[in-house]
Order: sequence, then structure tokens, then C-alpha cells
Amino acid sequence: MLLMAAVAQVRVCSRISLVCLLLGSWALLSVCSGTPASASASEANKSDSSRSVSRNKSVKAFPVVTVDFGHVRSPFVVALWILLASVLKLGFHFLPKVSTIVPESCVLVCVGLIVGGLLKAVGETPPILKADVFFFYLLPPIILDAGYFLPTRPFSENLGTILSFAVLGTLWNAAFVGLLLFAVCQIQGSGLQHITLLPNLLFGSIISAVDPVAVLAVFEEIHINELLHILVFGESLLNDAVTVVLYHLLEEYASDPEIGAKEIILGILSFFVVALGGIFVGIFYGLIAAFTSRFTSRIRVIEPLFVFLYSYMAYLCSEIFHLSGIMALISCGVIMRPYVEANISHKSHTTIKYFLKMWSSVSETLIFIFLGVSTLAGQHEWNWIFISCTVMFCLIGRVLGVLGLTLILNRFRIVKLTPKDQFIISYGGLRGAIAFSLGYLLRESFPRTLFLTAIITVIFFTVFVQGMTIRPLVELLAVKKKQDSKRSINEEIHTQFLDHLLTGIEDVCGHYGHHHWKDKLNRFNKKYVKKCLISGERSKEPQLIAFYHKMEMKNAIEMVVSGGLPKLPSSVSIQHVQRKDTLTERLLPTLTKEREEEVRKILRENLQKTRQRLRSYNRHTLIADPYEDQWNQILLKRQRLRSLDPRGSTYLTVPTAGRGSPPEQKPAESDATYFEPRDPTSDLPSITVDLASPFSSESVETQNKGAVPGEDKGIVFSAKNPTNDENGSPNQRMQRFVSDPGPDNKPNDHFQS
Amino acid sequence: MSISLEGGEVMRFQSFLSKLQLGEQEACKNGLIFFTSVQDRGFARNYPGDRLREDFQRIGELAVNPLGDRIINAFFPNEKQTLDFRSFIRILACFRPTAKDKTADPNAPEPINSRTNKLRFAFQLYDLDGDGKISREELIQVLRMMLEAQVTDDQLESITDRTIQEADLDGDGAISFEEFRKSLENINLEHKMSIRFLQ
Repeated sequence: MLLMAAVAQVRVCSRISLVCLLLGSWALLSVCSGTPASASASEANKSDSSRSVSRNKSVKAFPVVTVDFGHVRSPFVVALWILLASVLKLGFHFLPKVSTIVPESCVLVCVGLIVGGLLKAVGETPPILKADVFFFYLLPPIILDAGYFLPTRPFSENLGTILSFAVLGTLWNAAFVGLLLFAVCQIQGSGLQHITLLPNLLFGSIISAVDPVAVLAVFEEIHINELLHILVFGESLLNDAVTVVLYHLLEEYASDPEIGAKEIILGILSFFVVALGGIFVGIFYGLIAAFTSRFTSRIRVIEPLFVFLYSYMAYLCSEIFHLSGIMALISCGVIMRPYVEANISHKSHTTIKYFLKMWSSVSETLIFIFLGVSTLAGQHEWNWIFISCTVMFCLIGRVLGVLGLTLILNRFRIVKLTPKDQFIISYGGLRGAIAFSLGYLLRESFPRTLFLTAIITVIFFTVFVQGMTIRPLVELLAVKKKQDSKRSINEEIHTQFLDHLLTGIEDVCGHYGHHHWKDKLNRFNKKYVKKCLISGERSKEPQLIAFYHKMEMKNAIEMVVSGGLPKLPSSVSIQHVQRKDTLTERLLPTLTKEREEEVRKILRENLQKTRQRLRSYNRHTLIADPYEDQWNQILLKRQRLRSLDPRGSTYLTVPTAGRGSPPEQKPAESDATYFEPRDPTSDLPSITVDLASPFSSESVETQNKGAVPGEDKGIVFSAKNPTNDENGSPNQRMQRFVSDPGPDNKPNDHFQS
Repeated sequence: MSISLEGGEVMRFQSFLSKLQLGEQEACKNGLIFFTSVQDRGFARNYPGDRLREDFQRIGELAVNPLGDRIINAFFPNEKQTLDFRSFIRILACFRPTAKDKTADPNAPEPINSRTNKLRFAFQLYDLDGDGKISREELIQVLRMMLEAQVTDDQLESITDRTIQEADLDGDGAISFEEFRKSLENINLEHKMSIRFLQ
């Protein structure tokens, strides 16, 4: 009891100390920002005094220690902000109660408010979220992360719905809010008469766009089902084009009170240019990136860089022409992904994944904190009527828009949207930092401060009220949650089967539906595109095979991580199902300590002999992962175990690892050394160390040749013919699949792709 | 496409319609159009004659489709050579989108386009010999058709074995209809096995 109380106290203490540490460091930050003023003053004094001194004395003592903060100031402050934001995020997860009730974004905004308050109290001007910084540095990583890991299947299935929500829904929202606010402004006595129609419409268009950052931040934590997630999230991504066009159009013409048909037509044209232009820029860069990745087999370390740079270039290029940068990023990521993933090594894939996650996470944190800080930084103009009406109209407009659109869409959808779905979609329309930045960019001729205040209020309302309550509402309404199951090979096969089936039926009917076009696209892809963009043999690999390989690899990795063979779904050949129970006991029981020591000693002795063969150090070579060989070996052991099942042999061979030497091509005959059947009744595996032959995976391939034809050997996994081109060698292919186990095994991002 | 019917044919058509079951009726209208479209692809035949197997084989896309033969066999079961309109409609009716009918009468016969029936149709395409189970050989055949000879036999066998391993719950080495259904329970089947026009 006492111990528990002590532990609880320590925990509380550590939490309090964490909080104190954080607040202290924010204070430090403010002091740092304040230092250069005083530093420069003291510098000036020093130089004066030194000059005066030097007139008296010609020699000044050499300063051993100097403090020169001014010259590292900017990177220092930036790094400090990011560091503190990350530490904060860390601290947030240590407070379990808070993290279940309040979404992370809320806490971050609150922290931003506190920090802003502190900075103001100290007397410094807190930094405002500048639109440039936001649009060029903070937003792209988030969007790229979303686009690269976008699950294309549900996205393409629901594309019509998503587009109609994004385009029509946003237009409706903008019009509704703008017009009603204009009506409100005309009311006598509100003090808002000076705001004419067009600024109101502009304001409506800024505030009506659902924000991808906020949606991601909130929806990620509630684990809602895939359909709803992709609907709201897809809408938030695709409405960027509409927002851009409306914003520019209305800003242009706001001073000009006449809007004729010509302007409207130009606006519609401009929408298509912006949207399609953005998509084309993205596709262009995506294809170039895929093509570049075809040649990166020699320098694997810079592969992730191509992905990031090409995407960023796509974004910037589209910003040159005022096209929709978000759509460019999304289309670049979507196009690039299948080809790049086929070409790059598995390590690069992991790198890309974790870098994107890291950047987007940091960006998100910074955005929310800055949102809080900027609230206190700017000037505000509060007008009860305007602001309360804004909030109300936003909510009502969103609900009406979703309801109306769903009525029309349900006539065309196969899987209808239930009222529950509609509620979640309308409730999930969160506004965020994009609206704030767009408002910030407004010219002074608009009632900017009033608009900014209103925007911030709406953002706070949606993030706090809607963000906090959406989770209990989801529970209350029993909305279907995301299913965490991994995709099994059954599902993969049957899905493809059904696709072919439906395509066939559609062809019988002569109906050119969804499946028909998809099939045509796949065929075109396989025939032409893949040949160009994927290097080596992998261009011909059908999707099913790639999927199967991945599954086998995952199993092998799981096996290593769990340290044995706990459950092997496919380890037993079907013909010997009756013996399944006895066999699982016999398969590789864990080693006892003495055996382990023996193994280690043997390895140590033999490894020293191979030291001379190690290559010289090179900064650019990726050092072989010590686990990688072990996984390859375990995987192949499994295969061989299965094949030798009928003979009932188990053994564990621990070969030496000749790390520096490349795997040698082995003739088939020498494989005989591995296949000595052991006494099936022995429980402990015997450890034979084969010094002579370094392990190579090509040896697996030819074992079938020695088998008697007709003898059923169960599952045999044979690698393809080892070729010498860049990616053909099965050993390299397997190595590409193997990677270090990440910190958590969540499937891709929000849901499976 | 509009089809003009003569007087006598209209009467026959109406009496024909009344004999159809519920699901079939709704599919009928569109199915009518598409039944005749099969005709357009082949050579002219009068409605409501029967279709021959050759008409189907003439459809170019089916030849390219890996499952083309099986689909044709599904329309012409038991080595029949002709297909009448009613059977055609019955098969097409299976692909109508499932109605989320909360007030379904439990005693009424299951609608043709229910999830189970859709699955059963797909299952029949796998199970050629009709014994109610997908055996290993049948699965290998299907995989070979789908993967179009780009894989070695051993890879095919390993995939097949793994698939059966995952799905096989009672350990008989083959996939029965129940196991088939269970393995697909996570997939949104209504979306995957429905054709939008058949409302």
C-alpha cells in the first residue's frame, strides 16, 4: 500500500515536474527572443568601451569565452519551438485521462494560448502564424503524408460522392453563409452596414472550407469506419480547388461592385483550370519521380529524397500558377506510389513512411500551437451579432448541405448513406488553420480584424466543441468503427475474382460501368506503364504474387520478433493435417541457455575468421542489418521444414554469417549436406554448424529437382531463377522486403491501404 | 435503346412478367435491354428467341477476361446450349444492389439479390464439379486463370495451400460455402457484387 502510494506520488511528481519544465522552457524561449535586444545593447556598450579603452591601451585581453546569441538566433528559436512542441506532445500522452477526453489538437491550442499569454505578459510580441510559413513549410508535409498513404480503393469507389461534397457542398456553404451574413449586416443598428455583399461572400468562402489538418487530427483518434473517414477527409482535400478559385475571384472583384455573367463564366472556367491543372502538374511530377526511382538501385540512400523533393516541386510549381497545390500533392503521391514502392528497397520505404509521419506530426503540432499563439498576438474586433451569426450559419449551412446532397446522392449510390452517416459527416466538418491563413492574407481594404476574429472563433468552436464531443457521440450512436483486421490472402484473391466476374457480367450486358473502366485501366497499366516505370523483373510481377510475398515476409518477421514459431498458419502441409498437433511441438522449441551459449561461442570464434573479408568503411553503403540475414534464414528454414514434413525431420542449422562476402552461387548437389533427416523422436534440436558453405538462398531453388516426381512434398517455396539484373536476385528481393520492426505495428496510417 | 413489340408479343410479355418473382421483375426492364444487346453483338435474332452460347462467345471482352469461360458456363449450366430470357434475368437479378430492408418478412423466400445468393453465385463459379466445396485443384485452376501464366507452378501451389489453410476451419482441405462466406465477411460485398444500373 505504502509502495503504491509512493509510486503514485512519484508519478504525480514527475508529471508536475514535466509541466514545470515545459513552462520554464517557454519562459526561456521568451527570454531568448528578448535577449538580442539586450545583447546588441551590451555589444554596443562593449565596443564603445573597448574603443575608449583601446585609445588608452592598445592591447585588449583575448576573450576566452564569448556569448554571441544574435548570430544563431533564428535557427535556434525555430529548433527550440519544434523541440518544445514535440516534448509537449510526448507529455500529452503521459496523461492518460486527458488524452481520452480531449483530442490532442485542443490541448495544443490551449498550450498555444498559454504560451501566447506568457509571451505577452513578458512584454514580447508573440509570433503570428505567417501565411508564407504556413503554406510553404507547415502544410505540405501533412498533405503529402495524406496523399501518399491515401487508400485508393475506397477513394475511387466513392469519388463521385467525395467530389460532389467537395465542390457542391463548399459552394453551397459559401453562398449560404455569405448571403445570410449580408442580410444580417443590413440590419439596422448592428454597426456592420459598411460590409457589402462581396466581402461577405469572400468571408463565406474562406470559412466554408473543411480543413484537412483539423479533420485528420480529430478523426485519427476516433477510429471511425473507412467509408466515413474517406468521405470527410477526401472532401477536405478536394475542396481546396474551390476555395482557391472563390478566394481569388472574390478578392479580385470585391472592389468592383458589378458582377456580370462574364465574371461568373470566367470563374467556372478558372475552377476547371485550377483543379485539372493542379492534378496534371501532380501527375507529371509523379511520373517523373516513378521513372527516376527506376534507376536508384545503386544509391539506395537517397531514394526517399526523390519522393519528397518531387512532391514538393509539384506543390511549388502549382503555386507558381495559382493552381491548387493540395491537389497537385495528392495526385503526385497517388500516382507515384505503386511504382516507387515496386522499385525502392524496403528500407527506403520504411524511411519514407516514418519521415512523412514525423514531419506531418510535427507540422500539425506546430500549426495548432501557433493558432493558439496567434490568437493572442493579433488585434481583435469583437462584434457579437456578426460572430454569433457566423457560427450559427456555418453549422446550419453544413447540416443542410449534407442532408440535401445525400438525398440526391443516395439515388446513385449502391451503399446508401444512413442518417447516422450523414450526421457524422456534417458534424465532422471542422475548420482550421487554412481558413485562418487565408483570412490573414486579406488586404486591408476588407474589415480584416473583424473577419479574423470571426474565423478564429469558428475554428475554436469547431475544434473544441465538435472535436471534443465527436468521440462520445460516435460511441453513443454506435457508429461502425474501423476494423483492425489485416487483409488476408483469401480476401485478396476473392476480391480480384469478383472484380473479374463483375467486369465479365458488365461486358455481357454491354454496360460500361465502373468495373469495365477499372479493368481497362489496369490492363493499360500492366501493358505499358509498368514496363516503363518499374525496373527489372518486378514489372511483370502480378499483384497477387507481390501481396503473397509481403505476407510471407510479415510472418517471418513476426516469428523472429516473438522468438519462436508460436503459430504457423501455413506451416503444415495439408496432407498431413492429422499430425498437426504433434508437429507443432516438434518445430523449433526455444533453445535452452546452455545451447544458446554454445551457439554464441561458436559464432564468435568463427566470425573472427571472416574479419579479413569485411569491406572498407563507406559512408554510403547501408550496413547489413544483423537481423536481416537471420530473417532470411528463418524464412527459408520454415520453407524447408515444410517440405521435409513427410520425412518428419527437424533441425536447426546455424551457419556462419559471412557478412562481407556476397552470397555465392551454389550448385545443386551441395545441398545434400542440409537434408539429413534427423531422428523424429528427439526433442531438442541439434545444432550443426556448417562452416564450409556460407548460406545462400539460391540453394533453395533447386531442391525440387532432386525430388521424386509425384512425391507430394507439401508447400515448397522456390525462388525464381536467380538472374543477375539489379532486382531479380531472389536474395536481394527478400532483403528488400525485410526491414526493422517499427515502434508500433499499426497498418498504414489511418487504415489499410 | 427502345424495342417495339407487336401486339401478340406484348401480351406474351405481360403474362411472362407476371410469372416472374419479385427480384426478377425489377431486373427485367433493364435486363430486356441488355438481353437484346447480346443479340446486337452477334447476329440478328428476333426477340424473344433464345440465345446461343456462340452469341456470348462472340463478345470480345469476355474472351480477354480471365473468367470469361466460367461466366459463360454460369449462364449455360449443365451443358445447355440455349438460354432463355427468364434464366438470363434470374442470373442478372442476382447482381442488383441489396436493399436494406429492415421489415423483411422472415418467412418469405430470400430475395435473389441477397448477400448469400450473391456469394453462392460466386461460389458456383469456383466450384466447377458442383460438390459444394472448392478443392485445391479447383482453386489452383482459378488462380492460374487469373494470374495468366506469369507464375511458376510452385508459387501457385504455395499460394493455394496458404489460402486453403486460412479459410479452412474444419480441416477437410477444401473450402465449403460456409467457410467461403466467413472469409469474406469483412468485405463490403454489396458494393463489389452489384451493378448500378440494375436498380
